[in-house]
Amino acid sequence: MTGKNMQKQRPVREPLFHVSKNNALPVWKGLLYRAAAVLAAMLLTGLLGVLLVRKNPLEIYAAIFKGPFIDIWTLLQNTAVLLGFALAVVPAFKMKYFNMGANGQVLVGCLAGIACMKFLSGALPDWLVIILIIAASVAASVVFALIPAVFKAFFDTNETLFTLMMNYVAIGLVDYMVFVWDKSGSGTLGIVNLFSHAGWFPNIINKYFPSVLVVALMTVFMTVYMKYTKHGFETALVGESVNTARYVGINVRKVIIRTLALSGLMCGIMGALYAGSIEHTVNASVGGKGFTAILVAWLANFDPPVMALVSFLVMFLTSGTEYAAASLRLGSNDFASITVGIVFFFVMASEFFIRYNVQLTDRGRKVFRVREKQSEEKGGTA
Amino acid sequence: MKKILSAILVVCMILSLALSVVSCSTSKTITKENIKIGLITLHDDSSTYDKNFIESMKRALQDLGIKEEQLVLSTSIEETSQCYDTAKQMVKDGCDVIFADSFGHEAFLLQAAQEFPKVKFCHATGTMAHTAKLDNFSNAFAAIYEGRYLAGIAAGMKLKEMIDSGKITAEQAIVGYVGAYTYAEVMSGYTSFFLGVRSVVPSATMKVRFTGSWYDTDTEYSAAKALIETDKCVLISQHADSYGAPNACEEAKVPNISYNGSTESQGPNTYIVSSKIDWAPYFKYMINCTIEGKVIDKDWTGTIDTGSVVLLDLSKNAAAGTQEAIDSAKAALKAGTLHVFDTSKFTVGGQTLTTYKADVDTDDKYTPDTEAIKDGYFHESEYRSAPYFNIKIDGISIIGDEKY
Repeated sequence: MTGKNMQKQRPVREPLFHVSKNNALPVWKGLLYRAAAVLAAMLLTGLLGVLLVRKNPLEIYAAIFKGPFIDIWTLLQNTAVLLGFALAVVPAFKMKYFNMGANGQVLVGCLAGIACMKFLSGALPDWLVIILIIAASVAASVVFALIPAVFKAFFDTNETLFTLMMNYVAIGLVDYMVFVWDKSGSGTLGIVNLFSHAGWFPNIINKYFPSVLVVALMTVFMTVYMKYTKHGFETALVGESVNTARYVGINVRKVIIRTLALSGLMCGIMGALYAGSIEHTVNASVGGKGFTAILVAWLANFDPPVMALVSFLVMFLTSGTEYAAASLRLGSNDFASITVGIVFFFVMASEFFIRYNVQLTDRGRKVFRVREKQSEEKGGTA
Repeated sequence: MKKILSAILVVCMILSLALSVVSCSTSKTITKENIKIGLITLHDDSSTYDKNFIESMKRALQDLGIKEEQLVLSTSIEETSQCYDTAKQMVKDGCDVIFADSFGHEAFLLQAAQEFPKVKFCHATGTMAHTAKLDNFSNAFAAIYEGRYLAGIAAGMKLKEMIDSGKITAEQAIVGYVGAYTYAEVMSGYTSFFLGVRSVVPSATMKVRFTGSWYDTDTEYSAAKALIETDKCVLISQHADSYGAPNACEEAKVPNISYNGSTESQGPNTYIVSSKIDWAPYFKYMINCTIEGKVIDKDWTGTIDTGSVVLLDLSKNAAAGTQEAIDSAKAALKAGTLHVFDTSKFTVGGQTLTTYKADVDTDDKYTPDTEAIKDGYFHESEYRSAPYFNIKIDGISIIGDEKY
């Protein structure tokens, strides 16, 4: 066979599947698919539990459902925190600006807040210190988010790498400041004002509720901003097509910088919460939910109320599996991480089948020996 | 199929509900049969440091006849509010005594102790219990500098063998040390180790590199490699928790003295011995106090006598006569005729130390507050359980940055 003939034959080769966007799937069916995915993942988890850690799967399931409810407030706060991170990345992602730097942006916010708490409390009245903590956190996070945004807007640098690297800059900054502030040499700062509680945010109901409340307000704000404001529309349009946005007269640079300032603002609020309400200290492990948050935002299709639900489910599962590891004395959280990973994997796979319609092509039908009649039925319903 | 699945799920949920109802029953008399113990560790059982705590706890439970099911073991708990949240969850889950193993956990555990006065909280390596004055919060450590000293003798014997066989000269007896931070616990450790080495080989010197992390396989590996290749060290020891340094030693065929557990599996041809703290004696004490309703000592220091400071069995790589040398030093330490930080055995800037104020009571500014030199030696681990020897003595040089 000559080369020319081969070239001619190539385009004839038909793929086995035809994948098309599916917008018509009813909501209940989508939920059913997702529930089935979670269930399948849990069954696999049980099986792995028997094979890998040699525990009774019923014991594992019981622990997963018991753990999160032992302390419901911790679960709520963890949900709020994860949701806060997700809300912070959502406007940027909607614009197809891949902000991988939420961890760093929150961390510098927390660092700035702790600096205020450490050096200003005592010298200034408590209410003023708290205001300054919030202001400093927000300012630091906004600056940290704007640096890669400005480079993106003016020099079209790759924001994924830039924001990712900024996380390490943040960790370096925190490590250095702990080195400067901590005189004991242990490499830890300890809780700032452990006994005086100076500069700590006041407890409303308890120490967890303020974070939950603030993130709830952030969720409402973000929903309104993304769906009903001109800014939100512009952001989405830049994400769909930069050229279209430019054509209708949108200043793309301005939108990028404005949106990332908003991201920074959200991160700053989270940083202030970490400093004043949750941690009262800073180290490289503080926060750290920025990557899971991206997954949450994506799974929820960037819809804030759905993100709240997904955050809750993720934290429920994390807390449950970690409790299972603790109460069954597995000696590490590896099994918990594997479980959460499996569930994520299954749910994402189900998302594919919810968002897209997969059909066999003529060739596929032949290869898999599917009768013509079935495909006609499918064609009729589509 | 679907029916079976949903049935399983329903059973699980009912079971979990029943379990949570059972665990809600309050105000129990603590007995051996119903005591519940919480253990919080920074990493998991892949870290030699944390593995040591986990295994000691399991052994203590076995010795006391307590079922392993009575232990809740939370691993990979960060030094953040996660520690507080975990402790709180353990309290609500019915734990009567909770132990955390990392220095940075202390403030968060203290926070939980303030909130739950009926539950006992114990913490390894911490410094705040004797000043915080809470009846339910205690620190514990061991006089591990004595174990390090004995391990140093094993290292000295190995160096002596190398000198005697003409492999190195007396001046080339340079010991390398991979340390985590420039922190009293580490400094006390390498200094006592070095004094042990020098009790056998007086010409020995030491070079220390800090990693700035308690657990970082890559950094520990490259620090050990640099000590061997650049600094010409002929024997390595470490105070860092991964297998990084032992692996580097095995590759370069350089003898290694380990800490917190045997690393013989990682270095079958180079591992000599390891000193370690056996936490089982403390865990037994802590659990017995909880059952008997007694207050746990604010600052508990384990010793060779309590069985807390141990040296593991020598490997085949140790020099001949090592066991005898260790045994006689051990007897002298026990009898009180030998002191590790004997001021006549080391100098600082060429001078013998006669006075040194150590920072024993933790305050914001870390002001030295307690005279530690008395009767010709530095009294380590006597005024509080966590080490406070942080003097830079002659013969030990720090390469690169100090890490805080």
